Amino acid sequence: MRITQGTFSFLPDLTDEEIRAQIEYALSQGWACAVEYTDDPHPRNTFWEMWGPPLFDLKDAAGVLVEVVACRAAQPESYVKVTAFDSTLGFETTRLSFIVQRPPAEAGFALDRIEGAGRSQRYAMRRKDADGKRR
Amino acid sequence: MESAADRRNGAVPPGANAPAASIVAPPADTVALDALFRDSNIGETLDRLDRELVGLAPVKRRIREIAAFLLVSRAREQIGLSTGAPGLHMCFTGNPGTGKTTVAMRMAALLHGMGYLRKGHLVSVTRDDLVGQYIGHTAPKTKEVLKKAMGGVLFIDEAYYLYRPENERDYGQEAIEILLQVMENQRDDLVVILAGYKDRMEAFFRSNPGMSSRIAHHVDFPDYDDEELFAIAALMLDSMHYRLSASAQDALHEYVALRRAQPHFANARSMRNALDRARLRHAKRLFEERETPLSRDALMTIEAEDIRASRVFASAGEPQ
Ligand SMILES: Nc1ncnc2c1ncn2[C@@H]1O[C@H](COP(=O)(O)OP(=O)(O)O)[C@@H](O)[C@H]1O
Ligand SMILES: [Mg+2]
Repeated sequence: MRITQGTFSFLPDLTDEEIRAQIEYALSQGWACAVEYTDDPHPRNTFWEMWGPPLFDLKDAAGVLVEVVACRAAQPESYVKVTAFDSTLGFETTRLSFIVQRPPAEAGFALDRIEGAGRSQRYAMRRKDADGKRR
Repeated sequence: MESAADRRNGAVPPGANAPAASIVAPPADTVALDALFRDSNIGETLDRLDRELVGLAPVKRRIREIAAFLLVSRAREQIGLSTGAPGLHMCFTGNPGTGKTTVAMRMAALLHGMGYLRKGHLVSVTRDDLVGQYIGHTAPKTKEVLKKAMGGVLFIDEAYYLYRPENERDYGQEAIEILLQVMENQRDDLVVILAGYKDRMEAFFRSNPGMSSRIAHHVDFPDYDDEELFAIAALMLDSMHYRLSASAQDALHEYVALRRAQPHFANARSMRNALDRARLRHAKRLFEERETPLSRDALMTIEAEDIRASRVFASAGEPQ
């Protein structure tokens, strides 16, 4: 199952040149980039592992790409994303986030129907990979 | 709109690194060096270097040589004569206050103009910014600095402190090795300029041949003579909208000659410090006479007494 989340999630995967261009854009806006990875891309999991501290005071995308390359090499089975944080008063939040690596075998999800009180139906997403194993 | 697929198919060259579209055009038979010169805007930077920096004739000559060499390398590249990218890492040697940091900033602008650097900023560091206090601390520290410098110049002041042969466990060696790796493998991403005293830098290169072999250009900064130091001081005052009275000019000439003979003399930096103190005395003098109305002239003019009150005059000949 092709996981889509973050900016550009419905486009084909970004090439490295496109990733560089996006990072350049983020830096030109004064945002600080960070690299994060996870083996749990559930949409409710907002806490991915940080690949080192956020990269402050960078002028050029090359510094972020160094970390993207290092993270991919160390975590070949993980999802990796780049985030860009805007510290401007009033924003103080992530302004941009996009996937820069997905594992060879992607995660799968199943939708469960759950009976609630008073015959109400609720739904939950459950991790269920192609090999049938739950994780 | 071009799609990502187009780009992957090579419809658009992946030229984020290339400074000008013309460089990826098919090789031509002639190349307009003058157009290249004008497009790079380095003429303006070189002229400003001449105008705004006093003296330094040999340095200015070397900078022009290096700029010409790099521009011709660009021209050769355009016409398809490849020799590999020219080496850009440099070493600036000279005593404190001879203008090494100032010229390094101009060099960053030149390299940016010619498309050898994508951003052209300068990150100035010393040993403490690169070397950690305990095992495992140095590599992340050095790498963080390198990432900040990418796209520009990493200026390492007193670079020889990175190497401490008396302590074989010194973490400086680790920083040197990371630097060497990046200087070799990421030559498009940053330029390293090492700076420091000439003799110590030479000793550093003798014990670190790997570093020595990666430095393409050596520039030596001579000490300023008395006239140049006076001119530098005058230039600094002018830029701060101060001026010297006739007697203050005489005092400053004397000051320059005396100061040079005293400890911790640091060329242009000593001038800047002397002027900072003279401005304080000027302000104090005006403050003490605050009942009388102040003219614009009085607010601007440094008098001889503002300079002669310096302990350089009092302690001439004896230690400070
Ligand atoms: N040739 C010069 N003309 C004008 N100002 C100068 C010149 N050389 C140095 N300065 C000034 O002197 C100060 C010290 O120079 P700096 O470049 O920091 O020296 P260094 O890095 O060699 O110690 C700076 O404020 C600089 O602007
Ligand atoms: Mg300096």
